[in-house]
Amino acid sequence: MIFWELFYTFFKIGLFTFGGGYAMLPLIQNEVAAHGWLSQEELINFVAVSESTPGPFAINISTYVGNQMGGIPGGICATLGVVMPSFLIILIVAKIFDQFKDNKIMKGCMTGLKPAVIGLIASAMLSMAQTVFFPNGIMKSVLLTPAFYVSAALFAVMSVLALKKVHPIIIICISAAVGIAAGYGLGL
Amino acid sequence: MSHNTQTAQKADRLFKLFLAFFRIGAFTFGGGYAMIPLIQKEVVENKKWITDQDILDIVAIAESTPGPIAINTATFVGYRVAGVLGAACATFGVVLPSFLIITIISMILKEFQSLKAVQYAFFGIRAGVLALILKALWSMYKQCPKKVISYVIAAGALIAAAFLDINVLLVIIGCALTGLISSVIAAKRGAK
Repeated sequence: MIFWELFYTFFKIGLFTFGGGYAMLPLIQNEVAAHGWLSQEELINFVAVSESTPGPFAINISTYVGNQMGGIPGGICATLGVVMPSFLIILIVAKIFDQFKDNKIMKGCMTGLKPAVIGLIASAMLSMAQTVFFPNGIMKSVLLTPAFYVSAALFAVMSVLALKKVHPIIIICISAAVGIAAGYGLGL
Repeated sequence: MSHNTQTAQKADRLFKLFLAFFRIGAFTFGGGYAMIPLIQKEVVENKKWITDQDILDIVAIAESTPGPIAINTATFVGYRVAGVLGAACATFGVVLPSFLIITIISMILKEFQSLKAVQYAFFGIRAGVLALILKALWSMYKQCPKKVISYVIAAGALIAAAFLDINVLLVIIGCALTGLISSVIAAKRGAK
């Protein structure tokens, strides 16, 4: 049943997310793509939607995938699923706060988890880059298509802007404008 | 104080918690970390429900427990202010704006995604999103402790997930254990 499947999958995703922001991205890619609920392109598109709307990425993406797969009840199940592990674990931790604050085991795990999340996001980004730059597969040698050059140039310029702390929404707006101009201009 | 006024006060506090976190959810762009200054302003400065030091402790724990920071922090602050019901109200409050906005947006997206102009816009946006993720990686790298073991784990996780196709959940468990073992060894060496 789709509702249970949504709840269970997002429960798992919530349980294994450590940190904020894009920490959830590799897990979403792994679990959601495995179910065929969202294509890689749709996921990248949605990152942009989430950056331009209020609310944390975690909740936005759960609501979106749930909605796509099972309408509003689906959205409720997925969102409940992603929230539930946090909610239960924090309630327990809050009760034993003083013991937990300096817990050596948790601290030890965190020394592994922090770099792990970086490596995993980098891996997620690599596979996304493949989708963005070579949508038809690297083997088909699309190196010469205008779309590749537009994407590569946009990525380079936007990376510089992002590292100079230009706001994500501005980066998304410029990218959209360039995409539209290039799309019509070059007849992509 | 009569029992009734006590109940009324409690209900009032729960509703205020819900509202405060609804506002926080509705005005944060970009997720957990972006939310922390807002929580500080609402909960510490405006409402004076908890102290500055408490918030720092809570955020530190939200970072090191499973689950996204935004939800962890909301649940924790809610619990501190008004117990289990408080946790439920704060969490519901922080989730609700996202839920409503995204529900509406997914309907709109369905209508417009077949338009040529929208497809072109997203074609450009996808390259921009890659840049945003690269920037996020850079910030995370700067915040991560620069120890040999960190580089080894990050590289190991990348290779395992990207090239060996190992399940992400297994990679996470493996890295947590590696971190734990390495810190135990480091502590033993330090004790000698």
